Amino acid sequence: MNAIEVNNLTKEFGKFTAVDNVNFNVKQGEIFGFLGANGAGKSTTIRMLIGILEPTSGDALVSGYSIKNQSDLVKKNIGYMSQKFSLYNDLTVVENIRFFAGIYGLDGKKYEERKKWVLKVANLENMENVMTSSLPGGIKQRLALGTAVIHEPKIVFLDEPTSGVDPISRRNFWDLINELSEGGTTILVTTHYLDEAEFCNDIILINAGKLIAQGNAKALKTNYIKNPILEIESDRVVDSLEILEKEKWVGETSIFGNYIHVILNDSTINEQHIYQLLQEKNGIAVKRVKKITPTLEDVFIHLIEKDSKKNVQ
Amino acid sequence: MKTIFQFIIKELLQVKRDKKMLVVIFMAPILQLIFLGYAANMDVNVIHTTIYDQDKTETSRDFIKRFEQSGYFKLDYYVDNYDEVTDLLNEGKTLVAIIIPKDFEKKINRRETAPLQTLFEGSDGNKASIALGYIQGIATKFSQGIVAETKDKLGMKISLSGSLIPEVRVWYNPEMKTRNYMVPGILGLILMISTISLMSMAVVREREIGTLEQLIVTPIKNYQLILGKLIPFTLIGFVVLIIVMVIMTQWFGIVVRGNKLFLLFTALLFVLSNLGIGLFISTVSKTQQQAMMASVFAVMMPMIYLSGFAFPIENMPQAVQYITYIIPLKYFIVILRGIVLKGIGFSSLWVETLILFGMGVTLLVFSSLRFSKKIE
Ligand SMILES: Nc1ncnc2c1ncn2[C@@H]1O[C@H](COP(=O)(O)OP(=O)(O)O)[C@@H](O)[C@H]1O
Ligand SMILES: [Mg+2]
Repeated sequence: MNAIEVNNLTKEFGKFTAVDNVNFNVKQGEIFGFLGANGAGKSTTIRMLIGILEPTSGDALVSGYSIKNQSDLVKKNIGYMSQKFSLYNDLTVVENIRFFAGIYGLDGKKYEERKKWVLKVANLENMENVMTSSLPGGIKQRLALGTAVIHEPKIVFLDEPTSGVDPISRRNFWDLINELSEGGTTILVTTHYLDEAEFCNDIILINAGKLIAQGNAKALKTNYIKNPILEIESDRVVDSLEILEKEKWVGETSIFGNYIHVILNDSTINEQHIYQLLQEKNGIAVKRVKKITPTLEDVFIHLIEKDSKKNVQ
Repeated sequence: MKTIFQFIIKELLQVKRDKKMLVVIFMAPILQLIFLGYAANMDVNVIHTTIYDQDKTETSRDFIKRFEQSGYFKLDYYVDNYDEVTDLLNEGKTLVAIIIPKDFEKKINRRETAPLQTLFEGSDGNKASIALGYIQGIATKFSQGIVAETKDKLGMKISLSGSLIPEVRVWYNPEMKTRNYMVPGILGLILMISTISLMSMAVVREREIGTLEQLIVTPIKNYQLILGKLIPFTLIGFVVLIIVMVIMTQWFGIVVRGNKLFLLFTALLFVLSNLGIGLFISTVSKTQQQAMMASVFAVMMPMIYLSGFAFPIENMPQAVQYITYIIPLKYFIVILRGIVLKGIGFSSLWVETLILFGMGVTLLVFSSLRFSKKIE
């Protein structure tokens, strides 16, 4: 059985379609990554799935309940961490925990037990009377996650939980997500950090409200880009890029620091052609050219550019 | 029930920690009360008057005509007994009652002193004292006219002893202090400002910082969410009310003549109306700033002007007077002045009490429905 089944879900704001006929399934117990640029429609989709935004059309089953007419039952089975920090900054750590536990009807032993757990996962043992506003960002996010699952829901929705958090804290946060997942919780998490997608069992990519790719990380890398990719390291990255883009056999290009990734339209082209073009014809020192398997980033850039071209036509 | 209790604790903690809100709720009212309590000066255009003419002679009718001609007095009622006078004053339908004694003409003709009795509904001391000035002026002129007339007829000098001495008795507000009239109104005003601000800001702030969305995802019911705000803010409203009442009685020495419990009960109805209005404001504002602007300029200022707190409603254009019917503060001020100054209770104020009750329920239900769980 699937934890979440989304069927032709659409949301329009006036004439603007924020989520456009989206379909996907989330399996029980998996970490499901929901990727897309800012404004792609991730939050809007989540807000429909948790029952606070009415779909314009389509429906979804969350934990087996329809988001359209059983949103009360949906709410009993989920936890949610919104993309804004959603605890009270002007309450202490323990006041926040007590308040949300109270809303979910936890008391007595159960409350003490869950409070302890939240404090542990947030690294806030012995700091329960600290004002929430004074906590560092990473800790705040862990506390928010702990509080969001204080009632041990079957499914959690995390909307960009790591945005604006430093890399080490992001790592720790993902450890916590994994811990939850091992405990059997289904997790749907949105992010625009592509490296985080590698931690997910399944991924969907959404662009301008439309779902443009789905599968696990490995399948995405092999299914969506058939053409070879060259990684080029050179002295003058911008100049090199300009020269390369004039060539017919160059498909999409992208820059990663000192590297350029080039997707080739013509598979007969090899490393030698690059050296010839840049070094011999244009006098740009090329340090290294290498054939690589595509990263998720290559895949997504490729897909998004393809999708955008389609939309323009 | 436990859920609501957690809410109450949380709201009270938040208010306690919000320095700005504490100033708005507790400090501002105290200063307002003290400043406004000392400042008050108003003009009178219409003096509603009741005439009880026991004499019914040409002289008394002539005397009454002087009031009509003055332009200030509106002779609304002509009555035949004291009971009617008392009722009209009690119900606030008339500001002054002029009682012309039986032997008025006889005494004037004999050039004896004629005692004229005037009774004031003096809870608005300012208005009453202005009216008294006018009455004295008219009486003096009238008696001078009689003296002059007699002089002409007889062609000889007479003493000026034949005069009219109005005997004045002021009801309800014996010292005739405008302050006594104003301060209960300020009490209503302060209660309104603090409760509307609290409610509108608290809900909008939760929307702005995102916690409202978090709450909506939990299984709590709408009514629990709303009660979780209503109860703590009603409690705070009552703390404000009690502080203000203590200042009113201890600092300004204004005695509450009527039933204090009845006062608290009507205050509860009034607070409910305000919380309903606050909740409504929160449903139409996106940011705290918008909520503040809407509360002050679109709601509280017009309500204060139209409540009869400072400007008598009967001096307003008719169209504006109709608008005042929908303003809860107007009814609460009538009730407050009635209880504090006149010592009257439910039997005289039941209309206002019922209207406040109806408004409170309507506003709350309407706003709660608007405050729907789905936020688009
Ligand atoms: N309530 C709303 N009214 C109108 N437009 C909205 C509303 N919420 C979101 N949008 C628009 O829908 C698009 C998708 O937004 P969102 O789902 O927040 O994107 P993401 O979370 O992927 O960054 C954006 O262009 C946003 O401006
Ligand atoms: Mg978003």
